[in-house]
Amino acid sequence: MPQALDIEGVYKYFGDFPALRDVSFSVSAGSVVALLGRNGAGKTTLLRILAGLSKPSQGSVKINGSVAREEKTRRGIGILGHSISIYDELSAHENLAVFGNLYGMSDVNKRADQMLERVGLGRVRDGLAREFSRGMRQRLAIARAFLHEPELLLLDEPFTSLDDRAIAVLQSMLQEMRESGKTIIMSTHQIREAMELATDVVFIQRGQVAFKGPRPPEMASDSGWLYRTYGDQ
Amino acid sequence: MYLRQIWTIAAKDLRSEIRTKEALNASLAFSVVILVMFSFAFDPTSEQMTTFSGGLLWMSYSFAGALVLNRSFARELQNDCLDALVSSPAPSSAVFLGKALANYAILLVVELLSLGVFAIFYDVRLSGKLGYVALVIVLATWGMTVIGTMFSALTVNLHMRELMLPVLLYPFLIPALMAAMLLTTELLSGVPIAKNMIWMQLLIAFDVLYTALAVVCIDVVLVG
Amino acid sequence: MRQNILYLLAAAVVGLLIWNMNTIAGLPAQVENVGAYKIIYFHVPAALAAFTGFYVALFSSLIYLKTGNLKYDAFAAAVTEVGLAFATANILSGMIWGRFAWGIWWTWDARLTSMLVCLLMYYGYVMMRQAIVDPSQRARLSAVLSILGSAGVAFVYQSIAWYRTQHPSPVLGFRGGGGMSPGLEPPIYWNYLVFLCLGAILASVRMRQGEFATEIDSLRRQAHSH
Repeated sequence: MPQALDIEGVYKYFGDFPALRDVSFSVSAGSVVALLGRNGAGKTTLLRILAGLSKPSQGSVKINGSVAREEKTRRGIGILGHSISIYDELSAHENLAVFGNLYGMSDVNKRADQMLERVGLGRVRDGLAREFSRGMRQRLAIARAFLHEPELLLLDEPFTSLDDRAIAVLQSMLQEMRESGKTIIMSTHQIREAMELATDVVFIQRGQVAFKGPRPPEMASDSGWLYRTYGDQ
Repeated sequence: MYLRQIWTIAAKDLRSEIRTKEALNASLAFSVVILVMFSFAFDPTSEQMTTFSGGLLWMSYSFAGALVLNRSFARELQNDCLDALVSSPAPSSAVFLGKALANYAILLVVELLSLGVFAIFYDVRLSGKLGYVALVIVLATWGMTVIGTMFSALTVNLHMRELMLPVLLYPFLIPALMAAMLLTTELLSGVPIAKNMIWMQLLIAFDVLYTALAVVCIDVVLVG
Repeated sequence: MRQNILYLLAAAVVGLLIWNMNTIAGLPAQVENVGAYKIIYFHVPAALAAFTGFYVALFSSLIYLKTGNLKYDAFAAAVTEVGLAFATANILSGMIWGRFAWGIWWTWDARLTSMLVCLLMYYGYVMMRQAIVDPSQRARLSAVLSILGSAGVAFVYQSIAWYRTQHPSPVLGFRGGGGMSPGLEPPIYWNYLVFLCLGAILASVRMRQGEFATEIDSLRRQAHSH
């Protein structure tokens, strides 16, 4: 049984500058990994590689045993970045249908309606995304990320800009995913929110892994503990 | 599956375009403006008009077309939709072909409408020649679309995008535009197509080669 | 090491050029009543060197895409820029000759026009490189542009050649020309060699500058990441 995620010796260069240096860790299915680190430490770069948006300069990334950029691998990945990736000129339902079709889903319409109900947008299914409030757009984005029931969900700073209702929706869906044994990786500064869910922690500092392992018990009460103990400044 | 992905992307772009009509309106208006301006550059009633009619038509098509093509990938920048598309299981080439097909449809509509305006303004008799003229339009516009969509993808993340695209686009289009101009002029002056088959072949070769290159190269462009 | 090779190449350029100029100066002054024909010894080799540059750049770009080694990108960029310089030299010398032979500075002759269109295509390449900050992204996108560009060169040449032309028909033996008297042709190839050496020197200097620029960019990123 391959690991849910297996990263081995990954380097990523921008020109001569190594944004990631010899990053290696693996994640077993059902874990929730909090990817911590300061701005510019390489968290987003790593998530982009996992999502298949970028290729590592060296090293390998295996997701459920297959290479990151392969088509069937991408079918099992969901992403939710800082921005919502929603088309303003399309309705809520059309937005989901576009992605459902790209993921090759067979019951696109039914599944899209289900998801819209789930995030509380069932009544506005035919409203244009442009006319939605910020919070509604965020919930639509969450529906988009969960639509194809990904095996691995990648979240980049999920809690930073969401409103309360969207956070509640996201947390309940993450909880559900976790219970069904799916894997979640989220990068975040908001250690407190992340710690409610995280089972594992990976701390990245200047492109290198400074700490990896199960969530240290100290972190539950003291959010600065990790940075003080493993950070070098 | 591949076809479904292509069609999904094309339908999405066309649907957004039909809702906003931004590119359509702008490019149609621009092509009419160009046709009007040419009437000051040349004597529009002279007998010689037919000798540069093809050039005139294709100048207006290519200028107006750049407005449509420029928006193609830029449309995805809003809310970072491009990331969601590229990370989806759809291969980059499906994303490219879908967007190219949508652009193609929009361009053909703009061209058809401005062909009518052109025929009226410059008293061009299209009856009996329309079939081959349409064939030239269909072939040359595909070449224009492929190169334009490719450059739209190449420049999508550059901040000088609007300035870069025309500078890159037109030199590459010259062979296709030249063939289209020459063929259109000859057809409108009543020269049979058989005399200019070589230019038809050039157009076909241009379309095939650049479509192949774009499909092969697009993944390198979209995945960093 | 690199420095010494450059000096050696420079010496070869000077030596060959002096020897070749001497040969050219000794050739008959007038051929076929076309004035100032000797400019052809610079005009034609410049065109050959420019195209050599563009296709070497294509090759190097392909190697970059295969290996991801930025050196090949720096080389492709340097060679393309040198190719552009030779293309400009070709056009300018063609214009000067045209002024003497036909009394006009510019004519929309096929090959002159083709060269101009190629110049514009690769000018876009240089311009695009300047607009991209991240060296890896720049390398990737310009490699693709180089591939499209070399296909463009072929199309531009074929299509413009089919358009009417007033260029003197091909003169070089290998192109099925043979319009030149025996003994007049070799200096063209010698000058081609001179231009290739000169191009290698220029490309090497330009590449060095490109490597420094990448290093500076990397240091700057390192500074920001602390």
